[in-house]
Amino acid sequence: MKKLATYLLFAALLFPVASLTASASGGAGVEHSGANINDTASLQRGAKWYVNYCFSCHTISYMRYNRMAEDLGLSEEMVMQNLVDSNAKFADTMNIAMDADQAKEWFGKTPPDLSLIGRSRGADWIYSYLRGFYQDESGGWNNTLLANASMPHVLWQLQGIQKPVYRQETGEGGFVHEVIDHFEIMTPGTQTPQEYEETARDIAAFLDYVGEPAKLKRKGIGVWVILFLVLFTFIAYLLKAEYWRDVH
Amino acid sequence: MAKFASSISKQAGALMNWVDDRLPVTAFWNATMTGYQAPKNFNFWYYMGSLALLVLVIQIFSGILLAMHYKPSAAEAFASVEYIMRDVDWGWLIRYMHTTGASFFFILIYLHMFRSLLYGSHKAPRELLWVFGMFIYVALMAEAFLGYILPWGQMSYWGAQVIINLFGAIPKIGEPLTQWIRGDYFISDATLNRFFALHVIAVPLALMGLVLLHLVALRENGSNNPDGIEIKKNKGPDGTPVDGIPFHPYYTVKDIFGVGFFLILFSFILFMWPEAGGVFLEHDNFVPANPLVTPEHIKPVWYFTPFYAILKAVPDKLLGVLTMGASVAVLFFLPWLDRSPVKSIRYRGMWYKVLLGMFTIAFVRLGLLGMAEGTPAQTWEMRVWTLVYFMFFVLLFFMSPGGKTKPEPDRVTH
Repeated sequence: MKKLATYLLFAALLFPVASLTASASGGAGVEHSGANINDTASLQRGAKWYVNYCFSCHTISYMRYNRMAEDLGLSEEMVMQNLVDSNAKFADTMNIAMDADQAKEWFGKTPPDLSLIGRSRGADWIYSYLRGFYQDESGGWNNTLLANASMPHVLWQLQGIQKPVYRQETGEGGFVHEVIDHFEIMTPGTQTPQEYEETARDIAAFLDYVGEPAKLKRKGIGVWVILFLVLFTFIAYLLKAEYWRDVH
Repeated sequence: MAKFASSISKQAGALMNWVDDRLPVTAFWNATMTGYQAPKNFNFWYYMGSLALLVLVIQIFSGILLAMHYKPSAAEAFASVEYIMRDVDWGWLIRYMHTTGASFFFILIYLHMFRSLLYGSHKAPRELLWVFGMFIYVALMAEAFLGYILPWGQMSYWGAQVIINLFGAIPKIGEPLTQWIRGDYFISDATLNRFFALHVIAVPLALMGLVLLHLVALRENGSNNPDGIEIKKNKGPDGTPVDGIPFHPYYTVKDIFGVGFFLILFSFILFMWPEAGGVFLEHDNFVPANPLVTPEHIKPVWYFTPFYAILKAVPDKLLGVLTMGASVAVLFFLPWLDRSPVKSIRYRGMWYKVLLGMFTIAFVRLGLLGMAEGTPAQTWEMRVWTLVYFMFFVLLFFMSPGGKTKPEPDRVTH
């Protein structure tokens, strides 16, 4: 009876956690990406897409070329020939030569460094953001996750140009407004929608990795640490039980 | 061989005697460990103290290593943390030990304090033990707040901004006081540098001194126990309490088991889930501090959110600050607010169980509301739970002397 009361108390305490955190995580429009940093081939493709399409504006200045090569199973030659465009050295951090003031003039703001975007926004957000570009009524680029984003859709040649199809929704107080129901591809790109999903997932996985390179190893180490501790705790329990046999 | 071994042990004994003549090591060990009689009926709740001590050691150890690589300057702090995470050998492990340790410290301390509410450990003759514990708790909050600014992310910056500005609510001296704390007109390099000094030297020193006092006070009267009766009242012919067992080896081996169990949980967070979904390490703190961009949703780390919710529940700034201060200050007076003739919840009436249950729900619920965005409905809910929080102490004061109790046993139960 007493135990039951305790469980009920804990249930009452935990129930509201679900309701509060549901609204805090993700937010509207963020889809599950399925990005997997343990998929080395995906990380390699992501690195390639990133360097070809994103890196000309977005630095990842805490990431080193040689660390990336080691973690992604790439040789120094492959990295230096295919991924390094500037006169950077193999051990350098991944910076670009773009002038910050000029960039601000072109885009309205300096394109941010993306070293930690995988940690501040998460892989799912990046994946959804890359898939959320559309051409709005003004003919310019817009994004479902970041309204009026100053970034143009640099991957449009891959994805093609999509336009939103709206539907009516009745909000609070009977107020009717339009929301985006789905997208229609107006001009096809060089990739099929499935291929583009894969591309967005690869870039998301790569940036997730760049956010915390140690993540590749830490979980594997953690498994051994925890297994050791389970064994240690079991022996400690036997020791305790042995000492406590004479306590009544 | 045997002769050699006995000669070694004889010499070791002689060395120990030599030391004991100059420093009472053996006497100290006997008095505080082997000769100290602890109640034999400790349960789950009695692991928290020794585990908190373990986390203190983890924090000092990992903190020293972090300080070897961290740069306390506004221009370099954020990058130096990433340097630790990426370029320093095992740097990520050191940092996650420290961040995981910070959250676990509070989890343990909250459970440790809750234990006192369950079994009346704060009641006479252990009032000072509780008061020193409260000072430790306040020092720990200061330590956590000072440390949180060091990564110099958006939450570091804006969280500190909100907290320091609270002092501005004090009439007349408020504004100059905030300037004095910051060392500048806004949070800047000067603030970061002094917070670093306080975080690595001043507060840890105070913490260690307070922990020492806490332990000395603990050994003076001995631990309370789940039955809330004094084992010293019931002594055997040899003069030791019949319900007591030597702390060493009984509780040392038991605590080693507790340490193992705790480290499994600790390692799970550290290696598998260090951000704990953005609760232990907040997503916004991976964005460098930017004085020109205010984050959408500023909130302190989870262990402060119950008090943050109390602050937000009050519409007036100064009154809010005072109410929040009172919510911590009132805890210092718990030993004198609780006037019940029995200590343990086991022998108090239903009224106390209801009161404590409501208080616990209020505290947890306030913590959750303190993390939320703050809709008007949530603000009203915070007001209700703030009232419940304070009513616990008021009702405890008035109900505890006459409240229904059950007879206490002579011996501890199992």
